[in-house]
Amino acid sequence: MSAAQRTEPRTLAPPERRTAHVTGVERLGAYTLITALDAGGPPDPRPGQFYMLAAAERWGGGVDERPYLPRAFSHARAREGRLSFLLEAIGPGTERLAGLGAGEGLHLVGPLGIGWRPPEPGTRPLLVGGGIGAAPLLCLQDELAGEGVDPDDATDVMRAMRDKCQSRAGSAPSVLLGFRSSAHAQAASLFAGEPELATDDGSAGRHGLVTDLLREELDRDPAASVFACGPPPMLEAVRALCAERGVPAQLALESGMACGFGACFGCVVPTKAGYIRLCVDGPVLDAGALESACLAQAPGSAGCAGSLSPGAGH
Amino acid sequence: MTAGNGARPHAGGPLDLCGVPLEGPVLNGSGTFDALAARRAFGDALLERFPFHAFVSKTITLAPRQGNPPPRLWETPAGLINSIGLPNKGLEGFLASDLPELAELPVPLIVSVMGFSRDELATLVRRVGERDEVALVELNVSCPNVETGLVMGADPAETGRAVATVRPLTDKPLIVKLTPNANEPAGVARAAEDAGADAVSLVNTLKGMALDPRTARPWLGGTTGGVSGPAVRAVALEQVASVAQAVGIPAIGMGGIASGRHAADFLAAGAVCVAVGTESFRDPAAGRRIAAELHP
Repeated sequence: MSAAQRTEPRTLAPPERRTAHVTGVERLGAYTLITALDAGGPPDPRPGQFYMLAAAERWGGGVDERPYLPRAFSHARAREGRLSFLLEAIGPGTERLAGLGAGEGLHLVGPLGIGWRPPEPGTRPLLVGGGIGAAPLLCLQDELAGEGVDPDDATDVMRAMRDKCQSRAGSAPSVLLGFRSSAHAQAASLFAGEPELATDDGSAGRHGLVTDLLREELDRDPAASVFACGPPPMLEAVRALCAERGVPAQLALESGMACGFGACFGCVVPTKAGYIRLCVDGPVLDAGALESACLAQAPGSAGCAGSLSPGAGH
Repeated sequence: MTAGNGARPHAGGPLDLCGVPLEGPVLNGSGTFDALAARRAFGDALLERFPFHAFVSKTITLAPRQGNPPPRLWETPAGLINSIGLPNKGLEGFLASDLPELAELPVPLIVSVMGFSRDELATLVRRVGERDEVALVELNVSCPNVETGLVMGADPAETGRAVATVRPLTDKPLIVKLTPNANEPAGVARAAEDAGADAVSLVNTLKGMALDPRTARPWLGGTTGGVSGPAVRAVALEQVASVAQAVGIPAIGMGGIASGRHAADFLAAGAVCVAVGTESFRDPAAGRRIAAELHP
């Protein structure tokens, strides 16, 4: 392991696709949490990294004779080779993945990309999730709490992450989650403690946006490090709010990907330094690197849209 | 059908490509595998289990390019449309920062170049060809010549003039990457051979487009793109067979190859080597798996 690899929040992936086996499927309202045993896989991933997923059987032949490409997902949890992914069926790929049953094969390549970096010294971590973007915050909460940590795994990043967190006694990470409705908000039950909730329709928690909750948290105590993942309009609101207040923020972005390891050049996002490939230089980016977290807008569409899927319907 | 001159027929074992010994016939298609990025993701295990018998670089242009605006991808039935736009560091950036790292790969290096005029192409071939790290040079001629407005590779005469211009500038073998978007690829291949090309490779992607279902406007930032994957394999196989029959130089066949059986088909059609492209997106070790299936 090189010095750079010790300090970069990245677990290296084996250079081939492998097959894990689904051990559990849990329905959480609008979402499905699948857990798979990655026997013989690499050491556990860093929070914020991701995997390229495909069903080992019957991948293809769905709507419009798709899916063909694997789909990128951050893990929600990783414990000793057991990987959990939070899924929402919104297209032929995610429908097939969410329909996997216990014992079925899950093709995966990963972990890929660079995960979350430690909070800034002397700040409390604020975890801000929107919808399925809650997933990479769940494993981050686990790690900040020192749960599921192998004491022999003393990578510099992990140590720094825990040390920084303990540097402010009594400042446990706050979790703020926004969902469309109470059916989606069931994913909040995965988190420890009592996450603060907002829903678009008011059916659970506050009737409003997760960024309303974030603004109030920052009003209360601005010495925070923000970790956010969610849809582009939410991330842009988080970016703008944190920039205005001078609060450090890391954003986990999403972009349509074919490969996940830098081969296809399809997942570029515009940054202040030009296009970067989100799969190898992200998916977690420093908010300050972006002019905007509104990524490519679909041509002809107005407003802040993401270029999420390699083809309509993920 | 038989393989052309400059290479001996084989069934997946070691071979000779234009005088360069290869451990096997499986290459990557240009622009479908970034060995430097892959090394960041996979570490040195990538070098220990390298998926290809020769490595083809992404296409280098004279000036750096950012590439096309996103979105750049669209999934099709059994395939993919990409509109990437040749992002690269430009010739100087490539020579200074990428080439020394690519030289650490355990296989011969083929560098792909594209010029928007014959002068540009000449500079690229001369500068790349003089480097010891480079075993072969591939000419990507799927671009318009800014002087004539013609896509070089779509026209036999344009292709012949381009190859003739650069042929005297290097001793390295020259591969011409043919576009399937030509009236008669075999005619372009013959023109390349007559002008001194040492090999041809085909197919590049087929031109295609997708519409955003919400707006009925082109989805891709570059408006149109190139189709690849199993969706194009039957078209590619026919073009490889016609070209291999038409020329005496080796043909490198590609287009939707995803298994050893597909690779065997391209070899049976007259290709001397095969290249794996889109399948590597689904599995970074696809090249190694296909080679093993080809030569168990």
